Amino acid sequence: MKRTGAQILLESLRLEGVDTVFGFPGGMVIDIYNELPNFPIRHILVRHEQAAVHAADGYARSSGRVGVCLVTSGPGATNTVTGIATAYMDSIPLVVFTGQVPTRLIGNDAFQEADIIGITRPCTKHSYLVKDIKDLARTVKEAFYIAQKGRPGPVLVDLPKDVIAGSTEFNYPESVHIKSYNPTYKGHRGQIQKAFKLILKANKPLIYAGGGVISSGASEELIALAKTLSIPVTNTLMGLGGFPGDHELSLGMLGMHGTYRANMAVTNCDLLIAVGARFDDRVTGKVDDFASSAKIVHIDIDPTSVSKSIRVDIPIVGDVKDVLRELNKLAKEEKGDWRGLRKEWLDQIFQWKSTYPLAYKQKDIIKPQYVVEKIYEITRGDAIISTEVGQNQMWTAQYYHFTRPRTLLTSGGLGTMGYGFPAAIGAQIAFPKKTVIDIAGDGSIQMNIQELATVAQYNLPVKIVILNNGYLGMVRQWQGLFYNKCYSQTSLDASPDFIKLAEAYGVVGLRATKPEEVVPTIEKALSISKAVIMEFIVEKEEDVYPMVPAGAPLREMLLA
Amino acid sequence: MRHTISALVLNQPGVLARVAGLFSGRGFNIESLCVAETLDPSISRMTIVTRGDDQVIEQVTKQLNKLIDVIKVVDFFNNDHVDREMMLVKVKAEMSFRAEILRITDIFRGKIVDVTPNSYTIEVSGDEDKIRAFMDLIKPMGIKEVVRTGKVAISRGSKAI
Ligand SMILES: Cc1ncc(C[n+]2csc(CCOP(=O)(O)OP(=O)(O)O)c2C)c(N)n1
Ligand SMILES: [Mg+2]
Repeated sequence: MKRTGAQILLESLRLEGVDTVFGFPGGMVIDIYNELPNFPIRHILVRHEQAAVHAADGYARSSGRVGVCLVTSGPGATNTVTGIATAYMDSIPLVVFTGQVPTRLIGNDAFQEADIIGITRPCTKHSYLVKDIKDLARTVKEAFYIAQKGRPGPVLVDLPKDVIAGSTEFNYPESVHIKSYNPTYKGHRGQIQKAFKLILKANKPLIYAGGGVISSGASEELIALAKTLSIPVTNTLMGLGGFPGDHELSLGMLGMHGTYRANMAVTNCDLLIAVGARFDDRVTGKVDDFASSAKIVHIDIDPTSVSKSIRVDIPIVGDVKDVLRELNKLAKEEKGDWRGLRKEWLDQIFQWKSTYPLAYKQKDIIKPQYVVEKIYEITRGDAIISTEVGQNQMWTAQYYHFTRPRTLLTSGGLGTMGYGFPAAIGAQIAFPKKTVIDIAGDGSIQMNIQELATVAQYNLPVKIVILNNGYLGMVRQWQGLFYNKCYSQTSLDASPDFIKLAEAYGVVGLRATKPEEVVPTIEKALSISKAVIMEFIVEKEEDVYPMVPAGAPLREMLLA
Repeated sequence: MRHTISALVLNQPGVLARVAGLFSGRGFNIESLCVAETLDPSISRMTIVTRGDDQVIEQVTKQLNKLIDVIKVVDFFNNDHVDREMMLVKVKAEMSFRAEILRITDIFRGKIVDVTPNSYTIEVSGDEDKIRAFMDLIKPMGIKEVVRTGKVAISRGSKAI
């Protein structure tokens, strides 16, 4: 039986196990939308294509499944670019379907034509323009395969209107073989042995764990290794939750706004074991001084991450989970009093922690850190938290102790303001019963605020916390510290009344202005089964500390 | 350091754009690039001449390998290989120089592929040194135009990449 391109696409999605598509219709995809009601696939109508991609991304980060988007050609497609770049930088598996003008018009500057393949080439893992309907089913299969395999990432599939409207026999391939794509999963056993020898010899080892731990599902293996050998663990922003933030071996986040103890531990360790992390400049500070007295073991599935920005003594290319499992096998066989051996090192770290713990001074005005701390306490860490970008993001990373993987959704690599709210929508779709909270700034939330209509339409109980400091706070902080307090264009003088705005969209708005209102506001919001905006009027010029000035060595932290 | 790198890639639209985009986006340089089909028409071979220190070259080869359409990458730097480039040169050929130009062309085993009363078009191929030596000798005659193919390279010995 012949099927149309639209039917083939949707049937392929069904066979891939896709239950939800985030999208926005238009002329070039109208045939797909016409078929959609005949398939068991839920479509979430967002209000801006950027939000469709962030929502699919939040769905993917929280669930571990592939996020799927569908948008029209031209402006629909170009609106997805920031979302795709965000997912690309953080290695999130997405498949984005874009409409395209009919094949005969491609290159003609046709109405709503954009070379979206060309535009997104540097920020997709791979992309396809389907020129022949006979290639459609195989292309969808490959797109899902590539998005997930190896280091995950977004894949774009461009669908010309005539391909969607055409028809052919449908055969969905059972398996994929791409001769040019064979990621290495199994870590080299000899290299793993060598790394283990270094671990045995080290006096001051430190694990530096990134997002790779989460995408490879290696959290348990990481905990086992750290516990067995008594090795402290610091996480990158992307890695938070990969190791429990409340564990005695957890040092919290490292880097520009890392904890004092984490950054001091990196500076002083004699062995750094990097696990699924890529030595990003926000993490390393001045590269030459990063872990400069340590030997470095680097475990990563992506060979290009190895030796990119820093010299590595023992590179191990492979799936983090596989490599950690091997290390754990070796560790089990080795009997030793690891706790005893590490005592001095762990004592030292404890001392750093007590000298400069994360701290803020509570006054009679709400401190943003206090809000985050209370959200953590009230949810007991059992929530999915997304963030926007800026101070709100860093305070969340510092004061919410993520204890499980896939509970923090944040744009780490690209730092995309406007990410958090749509990402929370995606997570709420994936986990309808879970508490999902976007911790936002007053600036960022306005970058995708239109999605209030989406949460209203689908009755999604997403909670939004706005830490309203009246500023593009993180930029103001830099201006304050490094630009003589010239607060050029960072004051947000004309924000809307967020409470009225919430009401206008048919959701709930709550405002707190005094510290004693914080807890009741959070508790009340969490008891409401609708979406709620909680606006906290916080200290306007609070800064995020510690802070390592850009390009400085990690030990040169500003502490207050 | 200058490296000659060969990449086997799927012969598909967009592959060249991906490779070129990779070089420009990451600030790698391309001195020459040469692409054509291989024995298997579904596969093309690119020969890329690039420059960089060891770390840069390591990234170049790894990043190339990371592209989904790239099947295999070989850096010839430490591999015994043969490389060749072909050049077409249009030189002024005034009466008094014609014999000299022919002689030089002959010594370099070049060929005259087009003649007019006041010009020769010469085809020469060879490794870099030969091409440079030929250019040095022919330059004083007055060159009107040069086209070069960029390098192609193949390993020595019986094994294929
Ligand atoms: C799309 C985008 N534009 C600009 C920036 C630069 N930027 C980083 S943080 C920030 C301020 C964010 O302000 P707000 O959302 O109020 O958060 P705060 O820092 O005040 O918590 C800006 C403008 C960015 N990260 N993303
Ligand atoms: Mg703000």
